Amino acid sequence: MIRMLIPLGVFVGLVALLIVGLQTAEQRKIVASPLIGKPVPDIRLPGLHDPDMVRGVAELRGQPFILNVWGSWCWACRVEHPFIERLGREAGVPLVGFNWKDERADALAWLNRYGDAWSFHLVDFEGRAAIDLGVYGAPETFLVDHQGVVRHKHVGPIDAPVFDDLMRRVLALRMEAES
Amino acid sequence: MTPTRKKRLVLVGLLVIGIGAAAAVAITALQSNMFFFITPTDVHAQTMPPDRQFRLGGLVMAGTVERDPHSLAVSFTVTDGAYELPVTFNGILPDLFREGQGVIAHGRLGEDGQFHAHEVLARHDETYMPAELARALERTGHPMEANIQPGPTARQRD
Amino acid sequence: MIAELGQIALILALAMAVLLATVPLVGAWRGDERLMRLAPSLVAGHFVFALAAWLALVAAFLNHDFSVINVALNSNLLLPWYYRISASWGSHEGSLLLWILMLAGWMLAVVVFSRSLPKPFLTRVLSVMGMVSIGFLLFTLLTSNPFDRVLPGPPDGQDLNPLLQDPGMIFHPPLLYMGYVGFAVAFGFAIAGLLGGRVERDWVRWSRPWTLSAWAFLTAGITLGSWWAYYELGWGGWWFWDPVENASFIPWLIGTALIHSQAVTEKRGAFAAWTILLSIAAFSMSLLGTFLVRSGVLTSVHAFAHDPDRGLFILAFMGIVTGGALLLYALRAPRIATGEGFDWLSRESLLLLNNVFFAVSAAMVLLGTLYPLIVDFMGWGQISVGPPYFGAMFILLMTPIVLLMPLGPYTRWRQDKPQRVLHPLIKAAIFAIVGGIVISLLLGAWNMRAVTGWIGGLWLAAGALGWLWGQKQSIRGRLPRHQIGMALAHAGAGVFVIGVAMVESTTLERDVRVAPGETVTVAGLNFHLEEVASVKGPNWIADEARFSVQRDDREITRMHPQKRRYHRGGQVMTQVALRPGPLRDLYVAMGEPLGDDGAWSIRIHIKPFIRWIWAGALLMTLGGLLSATDRRYWRTQRAQAGRPERSPIGQEALA
Repeated sequence: MIRMLIPLGVFVGLVALLIVGLQTAEQRKIVASPLIGKPVPDIRLPGLHDPDMVRGVAELRGQPFILNVWGSWCWACRVEHPFIERLGREAGVPLVGFNWKDERADALAWLNRYGDAWSFHLVDFEGRAAIDLGVYGAPETFLVDHQGVVRHKHVGPIDAPVFDDLMRRVLALRMEAES
Repeated sequence: MTPTRKKRLVLVGLLVIGIGAAAAVAITALQSNMFFFITPTDVHAQTMPPDRQFRLGGLVMAGTVERDPHSLAVSFTVTDGAYELPVTFNGILPDLFREGQGVIAHGRLGEDGQFHAHEVLARHDETYMPAELARALERTGHPMEANIQPGPTARQRD
Repeated sequence: MIAELGQIALILALAMAVLLATVPLVGAWRGDERLMRLAPSLVAGHFVFALAAWLALVAAFLNHDFSVINVALNSNLLLPWYYRISASWGSHEGSLLLWILMLAGWMLAVVVFSRSLPKPFLTRVLSVMGMVSIGFLLFTLLTSNPFDRVLPGPPDGQDLNPLLQDPGMIFHPPLLYMGYVGFAVAFGFAIAGLLGGRVERDWVRWSRPWTLSAWAFLTAGITLGSWWAYYELGWGGWWFWDPVENASFIPWLIGTALIHSQAVTEKRGAFAAWTILLSIAAFSMSLLGTFLVRSGVLTSVHAFAHDPDRGLFILAFMGIVTGGALLLYALRAPRIATGEGFDWLSRESLLLLNNVFFAVSAAMVLLGTLYPLIVDFMGWGQISVGPPYFGAMFILLMTPIVLLMPLGPYTRWRQDKPQRVLHPLIKAAIFAIVGGIVISLLLGAWNMRAVTGWIGGLWLAAGALGWLWGQKQSIRGRLPRHQIGMALAHAGAGVFVIGVAMVESTTLERDVRVAPGETVTVAGLNFHLEEVASVKGPNWIADEARFSVQRDDREITRMHPQKRRYHRGGQVMTQVALRPGPLRDLYVAMGEPLGDDGAWSIRIHIKPFIRWIWAGALLMTLGGLLSATDRRYWRTQRAQAGRPERSPIGQEALA
């Protein structure tokens, strides 16, 4: 009888390993951003609606903010857009759009069609500033605290659980900023 | 003990020995064929064991790709946003290799501080595809990981 | 509208599966004929609704209904109709639907072809398969609905990856799934056998043709995938030891062990518990493969696509199916008769060795595939396991298999004498050694791997065909199909071994810089690059290198590899130029433009005998199918199969 339970035991071990693997899949799927815990690079980039108006993230110092990398070519950005709209409404901190490797006309048309929920946009058509940020793809979402330190990075589209997680983190950052 | 039982016992014993031997060989083979995944930050922090093969991941810095006009030698710099590492490669780069794109290079760290790659893989594109889309690529059972195209290898067996 | 109908059909299929998994099972338990008789109609209904759901999805693809997310993500207006049909199983959701349809199809086939089985047994088989189907239907409906809509839909869909717009990709997934799902039948038979209380060996005979066909389909599916990777991915490999490939290879290895252990159990009653265990394992490994491919657990640093929810669902499903099966096994297996004993040298012991080596191989591949997970779990860092690990393990484990394979059919059940077994094989051995050396010399492939590969391959082929010839001489009338099939599959293994040995030992690979007007010489062939021209296709533009391939100043062929850029999405793709041949393939691919003189990096491969790899696998497929159609399996079923068929010892093949 005991002997007959061996296969079951092996299988249970396998499943346990896979469950652990599943839990950590999130962490393993990408290189952890080396920027976390470090100051956000002082990027200054032109705006989307007005190319002449160059803005930087440094001007947001003193309050936490969210930086969201997107592009009109990016399907996953379309997928996460409803949550971006909710972030814009509910997060209570600036939501900076980082328009990446895009074309101005395409990006504006996209915003027109799906709605512009961001506070303002920085454009990086060449993708040079993105390298400083360690952007691997779109969408990516960074949380930066009131001292300009990158505290969290989410890779990939935001879905309901990720949204809840982001909201909790944003709230914590706001409390930190106020205290 | 009946002869049949005895025979069974010998058989089971042989099996256990055989499987044990196989497992020992497998572990040895695994140890010599596992490649750690590293980033330029790891190299900077010198946290990896020396003289091993690695898989280096990062982004190709814009403006750093240089080709030798007379051969297939190419060099470029990989960054993870915090640190940088120069990479040399001799061979054909994958279709999707571009500046600013993610790459994974297989190779060794040289004493010259450069990473000598013998295989370079490139990310498919820059979208984090919704799972559905990426799986369109997977087509279950087709031998590519979703966003990676197996790069051409110089097939240098070292 | 059609998508909604598909959704409803899927729900109805689920209802059928739920009924099937419960009502007839109660009937089988209570011995209630009326309830048991419901099973075939439920299976038919289940199939009809699954088919309707699948057709609805295909219709959405054909009609360009981009409001269906799945269509929008996997198809577009430019896509030809045949790729739109194949795109319907290209995505995760669509492929699940195909799984379900195939499972329903296999169930229907069981009803049609095995209807003469004892009612309670057949009912239990169908109910168990119904349970499996419930899992997949729930998985689809809850986490991966292919009919989900987004309103308003986009005007056009995403580009289907050009790599996938290929005939090989139309047939590869369905064949692979046929194999995966086919093991569900063997699983169903094994569980039904266990459920029955008294485990008898009859169920093994009934199960054999199903296992053989599933195995044959899986072989074909894996082969097609390998062939596709070779010509489409642009760097000339035929097997990558990638987790996704391993996911299909592990069930194959277990399946191979299973078809052999079934032979022993059917004929001698021995290994009965082991056969049940393998039946469970084969299907469980198919589920595990599905999990590995779809959960993102193993894609680690490469891919960003992952979905822990789906992963968890498959894992839970696997836990229930496999865990339940193994628990049942633990409860019932002690009652399984051990069967008749056997001597050291007997067909049983040779097949036991076969099983040990195949099972260990499967475990090795599984270990190599999961090792990155284990290492990560131990906190040792992120790693990947290189192909050399798998290569080394395989040479080690396959060598004894190759050596012993021809002995199997010659050896008698129960006990035999070495002299009697080896005597008829002496000729084959001499032929293989002399032939292997002579051929290697003639081919100029004088190296260890090529010579041993030829000797091993010829040994397998000569052993198998020689045995078949001997059978033909000793019996009057036609050879039974399972014997021909077995010999064919074993000879196919020989062809495969020769192909692998030649490709791995004598492939010539040159990555070179070539400017127009220059010539590269590889193995006595001059590859002369005349020009690099621009050409236009329907949805791409390309640079095309025009090579004239010459031997002794005579042009023997022209090769035109391309570097394509697709309009939509701007994807760049390498189009390989191939000149296939029975003895060698010429393979030319373009790298990238270099310098100002119009030079390109060019990859030139000469791959000897690479077609033999797939030819060998194809022979195995044919052998499996031929054996599966042997009348013996079906005849006994029709005769109600109550009495065990005792065959004269030593005269029957294991097929």
